[in-house]
Amino acid sequence: MGKFLLRRMLWLIPVILVVSTITFVLMHAAPGGPWDRDLSARQVDPVTQKMLNEYYGLDKPLWRQFTAYLIGDTNSKGKFICGLICGNLGPSYRQRGLTIQQILFMPPEEKSIIYSRFGYSMRLGVYSLLFAILIGIPAGVLSALKQNTMTDYISLFIVTIGISVPNFVMAIFLIIIFASTLHMVNIVPRSWDEVSVWVLPAVILGFGTMARTARLTRASMLETMRQDYIRTARSKGLAERVVIVRHMIKNSLIPVVTMLGPALAGLVTGSFIIETMFGFPGMGRAYVTAIGQRDYSMIMGTTLIYAVLVALANVSVDMIYVFLDPRIRLE
Amino acid sequence: MTTQVSHPSTGQTQAHIANLTMMTVKPRSLWQDAWSRLIKNKASVIGMVVIVIFTLLAIFASVIAPHNPLQINSGKGFTPPMWIPVGPNGVPADPNFIFGTDTLGRDVLSRTLYGARVSMTVGFLPTFIIIFVGTIVGLFAGYRGGRIDNLLMRITDVVYAFPDLLFFIIVMVTLRQTPIGQMMNGLFLLFSALAVVNWVGFARIVRGQVLSLKEKEFVEAARCIGATDSRIMFRHLLPNSLGPVIILTAMSIPGMIITEAVLGYLGLGLIPSTNPKDFFITSWGASMLEGQTAINAQPWLLLLPAIAVSLVVLAFTFLGDGLRDALDPRLQGTQ
Repeated sequence: MGKFLLRRMLWLIPVILVVSTITFVLMHAAPGGPWDRDLSARQVDPVTQKMLNEYYGLDKPLWRQFTAYLIGDTNSKGKFICGLICGNLGPSYRQRGLTIQQILFMPPEEKSIIYSRFGYSMRLGVYSLLFAILIGIPAGVLSALKQNTMTDYISLFIVTIGISVPNFVMAIFLIIIFASTLHMVNIVPRSWDEVSVWVLPAVILGFGTMARTARLTRASMLETMRQDYIRTARSKGLAERVVIVRHMIKNSLIPVVTMLGPALAGLVTGSFIIETMFGFPGMGRAYVTAIGQRDYSMIMGTTLIYAVLVALANVSVDMIYVFLDPRIRLE
Repeated sequence: MTTQVSHPSTGQTQAHIANLTMMTVKPRSLWQDAWSRLIKNKASVIGMVVIVIFTLLAIFASVIAPHNPLQINSGKGFTPPMWIPVGPNGVPADPNFIFGTDTLGRDVLSRTLYGARVSMTVGFLPTFIIIFVGTIVGLFAGYRGGRIDNLLMRITDVVYAFPDLLFFIIVMVTLRQTPIGQMMNGLFLLFSALAVVNWVGFARIVRGQVLSLKEKEFVEAARCIGATDSRIMFRHLLPNSLGPVIILTAMSIPGMIITEAVLGYLGLGLIPSTNPKDFFITSWGASMLEGQTAINAQPWLLLLPAIAVSLVVLAFTFLGDGLRDALDPRLQGTQ
């Protein structure tokens, strides 16, 4: 087990290397530099540009910039600055004096980390995952138990819509219904401290995952229901409730549980459009803003964090599987 | 297979014999069989109809659209759609603009019709390239094995490690200002990025099919009668592995359409054109981005493009599900 875990963790290293190489190459293949402004705005003059380049080490050859990003390099004052291997994602080119990790992980003063950008995105992800589980699993169980009835068809219809329609389109529909027409919620709330303002973004973000959970639960339930041990349980006279809860649901949730890790990663990394729509102070909106400002180091850093989150989630699947299902052995 | 030998209601021997001869004369191939299963599935028939309608709308957008999508009607900005008599800023509804107008007074319906061009092209054009490249690579990797196979699997690992959408975003952000990024109003770059990521899935699925098929007796038989490698690959293995490829095609098209809409919505998809001679004027994603700021007061700007995206994506999903059930009946109802 330990050996397997270690091997899967080591697999993260090439993933990070590949992702950072691709982003780095693309960033530098792009025409224009980080100091370019819109043509309409006042341009940064050449002397300042040269100073900025020296300050950020952008005057060095490309391979040195890359190793500086990954491992580290001495700066102009001769002090060694550690790179990615120490968790340093480098300075932001647009937000003066802040590093990427500070922008993403540093909370406003005297608050805990859950008030940082990452914390906000994480919380939104967790809330929408909760919504997905609390609605998706019962819906899946119910539609399997009542297969080919009206309940099943209605649930399947909603599930198909939830799986196919992308979440930002869903967001447009729900915002038009609940905010523009019924005036039940504010789209961009003044503060995110109240619970009620989290409901709409969390529901929209979690809708697709809810649908996938429901579909997987239903399929898994239908398979479990046909197993011999269910017939055995019934024939030895167990109450129907016990058969359903202890035998069916418990056994059919294994694939569902393994899905949750990647689902959370998907929710945290896939929220940038929803965050932008609602003016949410999270990592996704910072990412979209960085795209607009062409803040290369910020785009690169956030992409790396997203990639690591997704990779970690995939590793977690294998491990949860082993804990839940003793039949599965890792080679 | 169902064989109807007799009709109990008629019970006539003649009809019986006619039936039997019919059956011996017309054996049904795998594809006919799949087709008859597919058209029995109501959801996929509706899906196909919707896809055909949207394809026609896209091709004939310039004929169907009631207005020029670029025509700015001053004083008609934010005209509400027909079902809202007077808009929030006091502009009354106008029967000329059934679905209302945007900030510049451009017709929402016409712009949405033109948007179909982008989405349908994104759905179909890159797909052909992806299938072609993916199938050939998968065929060779599965059949020859060895180094090419190893290389394919390593590439697959890398592609799966990189979150798709992030890759598209980065490519579009960085290369948008280059000449490649400007070709076809930015669509060429988008197609290339989609192709770079998506061919891998096809290569893998064909490889998997070939790996199991090449051990089958009919391949051995073909080899015994002296068929060449290329004949075995293209005449025997390829047709037999097409089923999963068709299913994957229908399943991956909605993903590509959504990707284009998301990128358009982030301002990274199609570069909206102001030249009336261009084939691609605006996309649904770009329309939704333009309407985004007005979502509270003038939601009709987003409504039509949002409905259009949902319809097309649902149509492809239904068709994909139907194809899966038709081509691989063992999978029926498992998903």
